[in-house]
Amino acid sequence: MNVLIPTPLRSYTGQSMVVAHGATLGEVLADLDARYPGIRFRIVDEQDRLRPHMRFFVNGHAIRDLSHPLAEASELAIVQALSGG
Amino acid sequence: MPAPSAASATPPPVILVATRKGAWLIHGDAQRSRWWLDGPHFLGHILNHLVLDPRDGRTLLAAAKTGHLGPTVFRSADLGVTWREAARPPAFAKTADGNGRAVDQVFWLTPGHPSEPGCWYAGTSPQGLFRSEDGGDTWTPFSPIHDDPDYLRWMGTVQDGTPDGPKLHSILVDPRDPAHLYFAMSGGGVHESRDGGRRFAPLLKGLEVVEGFDVADPTFHDPHCLRISPADPDRLYQQNHCGLYRLDRPGDTWVRIGRNLPAGVGDIGFPMVVHPRDRDRAWIFPMDGQTVWPRTSPDGKPAVYGTRDGGETWQRLDAGLPREQAWWTVKRQAMGADQLDPVGLYFGTTSGELWASADEGAAWTCIARHLPEIYAVEVAHPAPDTGRR
Repeated sequence: MNVLIPTPLRSYTGQSMVVAHGATLGEVLADLDARYPGIRFRIVDEQDRLRPHMRFFVNGHAIRDLSHPLAEASELAIVQALSGG
Repeated sequence: MPAPSAASATPPPVILVATRKGAWLIHGDAQRSRWWLDGPHFLGHILNHLVLDPRDGRTLLAAAKTGHLGPTVFRSADLGVTWREAARPPAFAKTADGNGRAVDQVFWLTPGHPSEPGCWYAGTSPQGLFRSEDGGDTWTPFSPIHDDPDYLRWMGTVQDGTPDGPKLHSILVDPRDPAHLYFAMSGGGVHESRDGGRRFAPLLKGLEVVEGFDVADPTFHDPHCLRISPADPDRLYQQNHCGLYRLDRPGDTWVRIGRNLPAGVGDIGFPMVVHPRDRDRAWIFPMDGQTVWPRTSPDGKPAVYGTRDGGETWQRLDAGLPREQAWWTVKRQAMGADQLDPVGLYFGTTSGELWASADEGAAWTCIARHLPEIYAVEVAHPAPDTGRR
């Protein structure tokens, strides 16, 4: 599926849109990490909790659960809710 | 104790400045009279600590995160020309229920003992102690303190510490013995191990705590900065929330040397620096710890205070600093010394100024201004052929 990468993570991917595979959000993030080592830990902590301010949208709908099922045709957007100075 | 002589061949200093918005390497000439800035590195990243490995004079480690991305460590083998992220940054062990602690910030970096090349220690928030044996590429939780019920209680939670979380800091390695370690917790006291970290024990005797709390309970101890004398590793100094202290080993009772500072200045502050070749010389940057704790220069008149006799007497060192209306804060990592003779001193303010003295504090000049909030200042003497100069 296509995954939209926010600017703070493009140092890992080098591009704004990448392709990754998996049946759940967790599997897609694992696949991303295999392709772009280190990217997952910047998004998900060591207890498998999404880090604060990290948001995920599948076909425009917000999801928060790593076990959320994804279809190959889905479009996943990773977004960061920037705040503060 | 004989002190090592100042090496006349010591390369010029490079000041490693870590800020809330990136890092700068500020290169000095041999006379420490001209400085030029290399940076920003990691613009927009939160840099808590930037440290050169003195064992090879070329490896830099940077403790970094951003407002959103998780914490990590970057490494450079060419003084910041190129950087590579750690393959496995510091992280707590995953718990079965997923409710375990997660590293929010890598706060402190300490190179290991010279006999253990590649070994580094890291302190984090929430308070954790981590070790790398491969030059900072992979990190693992270090020591049983993470699972010890006493230590977990003493460490407390995010509610118990500084505004952005309690921090494990001031990791010290005895230069005579790699198994002899100290660390401090911003909430939780000073601790010592003599067996390479298998066991730690509190080292609190003589320290004061806030009135009304149990002085015997490490929970209530708030060390700000712990330093070991390079000239005599049996001499420790500590800037604490409740004063300034000295400890001479093998003794185990801290002595409050801050009582010898002027009453109008007090002995509250965050950073502390010890002379590289004289255990009795040290410097502090007092700040206002009264009422609501402004943590700014007392009366708006910044000054470094120095001692030449282990804290028995103190001299005010403010030549060149503003005379009034300068409400500076200097964080616990934001003051350092070079290895030259006379010793050069450096401190960075949260208002983004870096001040330097090439004569042990006798006179100060501002060598960089308009930087972001300065979190840490380390002084390095990189190998002359390393990176861009």
